[in-house]
Amino acid sequence: MSETMPTLQVEDLKTHFFTKGGVARAVDGVSFSIEKGEVMGLVGESGSGKTVTGFSIIGLVDPPGEVVSGRILFKGEDLATASEERMRQLRGSRVAMIFQDPMMTLNPVLRIDTQMIEAVQAHDDVDRKTAFERSRDALGQVGIPSPEERLKAYPHQFSGGMRQRVSIAIALLHQPDLIIADEPTTALDVTIQGQILFEVQKLCREKGMSLIWITHDLSVVAGLADKICVMYAGRVVEAGEISDVLDGPMHPYTRGLIGSVPSHNKRGEPLAQIPGMAPSLLSMPSGCAFHPRCPRADGRCQEVPEISAPVAKDHTVRCFHPHVEGAS
Amino acid sequence: MTDTMIELDGVSKRFEKKLDIAEKIYNLIGGNLREEVVHAVDAVNLQVKDGEVVGLVGESGCGKSTLGRVVAGIHPASDGIVRFRGKDVAAMTPAEERDWALQVQMIFQDPMSSLNPRLRVRDVIGEAPLFHGLIKADEVDDYVDEMMLRVGLDPSYRRRYPHQFSGGQRQRIGIARALAVRPGFLVCDEAIAALDVSIQAQVINLFSTLREDLGLTYLFISHDLGVVEHLSDRVVIMYLGRVVEVAGTEELFEKPNHPYTIALLGEVPRIDNRGRRFMPIKGEIPSPLDPPSGCHFHPRCPHAMDRCRTEQPALKEIAPGRISACHLNDNA
Repeated sequence: MSETMPTLQVEDLKTHFFTKGGVARAVDGVSFSIEKGEVMGLVGESGSGKTVTGFSIIGLVDPPGEVVSGRILFKGEDLATASEERMRQLRGSRVAMIFQDPMMTLNPVLRIDTQMIEAVQAHDDVDRKTAFERSRDALGQVGIPSPEERLKAYPHQFSGGMRQRVSIAIALLHQPDLIIADEPTTALDVTIQGQILFEVQKLCREKGMSLIWITHDLSVVAGLADKICVMYAGRVVEAGEISDVLDGPMHPYTRGLIGSVPSHNKRGEPLAQIPGMAPSLLSMPSGCAFHPRCPRADGRCQEVPEISAPVAKDHTVRCFHPHVEGAS
Repeated sequence: MTDTMIELDGVSKRFEKKLDIAEKIYNLIGGNLREEVVHAVDAVNLQVKDGEVVGLVGESGCGKSTLGRVVAGIHPASDGIVRFRGKDVAAMTPAEERDWALQVQMIFQDPMSSLNPRLRVRDVIGEAPLFHGLIKADEVDDYVDEMMLRVGLDPSYRRRYPHQFSGGQRQRIGIARALAVRPGFLVCDEAIAALDVSIQAQVINLFSTLREDLGLTYLFISHDLGVVEHLSDRVVIMYLGRVVEVAGTEELFEKPNHPYTIALLGEVPRIDNRGRRFMPIKGEIPSPLDPPSGCHFHPRCPHAMDRCRTEQPALKEIAPGRISACHLNDNA
């Protein structure tokens, strides 16, 4: 394994859903790359295609959806064309996913130990005892007290935060190179969210795992990620180092998102809201999908803008009229 | 106007699970089953002045929604007195009671389950004011149009059903429905939690505009401290059914007093905090069926002393307009 090769490189990924009402271009030309040990925030509103991007990487897009083009290079291997058998080997062992609702992803009629031992034995030829010990260690790692006893519990006996920890522990069982986390803390209280973020951050730093954190919440990503991709209507509209993007957002949509978050110094003042709402995937505006809501739009925006050359380090934007520093 | 809109005096709300007949028979033959009681709200005092926005913050299960429902008259209080404009609601005449019910309106978290899916928007908004005689039958259309414009909806959509709207629009319908009976006081229970960030900002701005235009009073229930800080004049922090701290928004965010408030503020993710290390408070909110003795927060509190395990701290005034319930304040 060469250290120079990124853990994951996604090139021009397109995932479309062929529905009766027409073709929904849920992901329409997404590219990014993640190095070893890097944390990337994938930010967007509902319907922006961020979850479908995650599902495409791990090969969980069901018909009528289909990855129609693009490459997903995981340590040099293209997952978009990999066989289903190969995906089975990788999924859960090298690439793992954490979902939003742990109640839906854990089997309610099986004890935690059954589910975890099964997950260990699915990929490694080990006996039950070793598998049990690995499960216990994994639960301990994510901060579950007395893991040996808790392994004997059923999912409904855990609280929401604890359940999410269990699903994180399951994702960690095989020390994957890449974890895709799809809004894992959205359903949790702030104090529990803080605990989960703390564990995840620690594990990434210690084990050199790469992490894609899918969320709609910019403020969570701000504290956690190294870099960020902002998605709108199936395309990445802005990407770059976290501080470059949040301190000097260039795309009008990114600026709008940041302005929408209440912060310390704007108390009581009206928030800078983005007018209108996200377009339906079935009737996407032509050209730049953001132009009907954009304050800077003009005739040129009827065409699709290309991704710009990097401004700062890897800071790119997909807009004809980006906000450039100095002129705002 | 600085009149008190609503006043809670030692209000408690208990939910009891009565024993069913099998359990009673089991007890007769020597079983030892007891009725389970949840103290969702435990002796809360709260005043909301006319025109004020009070934020009510806490984790899930702390009783903030139940308190909101008691204020809005959906649940009767188990103990204590709720006063609306100085009158005890338990001793109101039917006419006064109706006035109270109209004056206090509630906006719910999930706009899909709080709107009748079989009613057109016109009926959702227009039904209550017509029934209560606020408008005449031939004025309904104009009145509904006015309400829809006020909350930023296109009146030409008034013959549509709720499912034909997006989440943000549905929340606006819920707000229009509440406004249609000309209330003075809105109880917003996590009213923006289910919305996308850019839509959240639109609805927050709508709340601010309505406050200015109509002089509304709000009880704004949320777990999102950032939003509460933005909107509220005063903030009430609840933990496991009890109020632990009340303070003006600015003072609270600058100098939180109660250890729980401090911990809660530390957890708020903010855009300006980059690459920080998360330092979480330990543990989870305990079950309200079996709350810890003494101060409810002591098992998670970094400053817990012996006294906290046995003695419940009283809410004390620590500065003008600020109260906090913590034994640490006695030593200061």
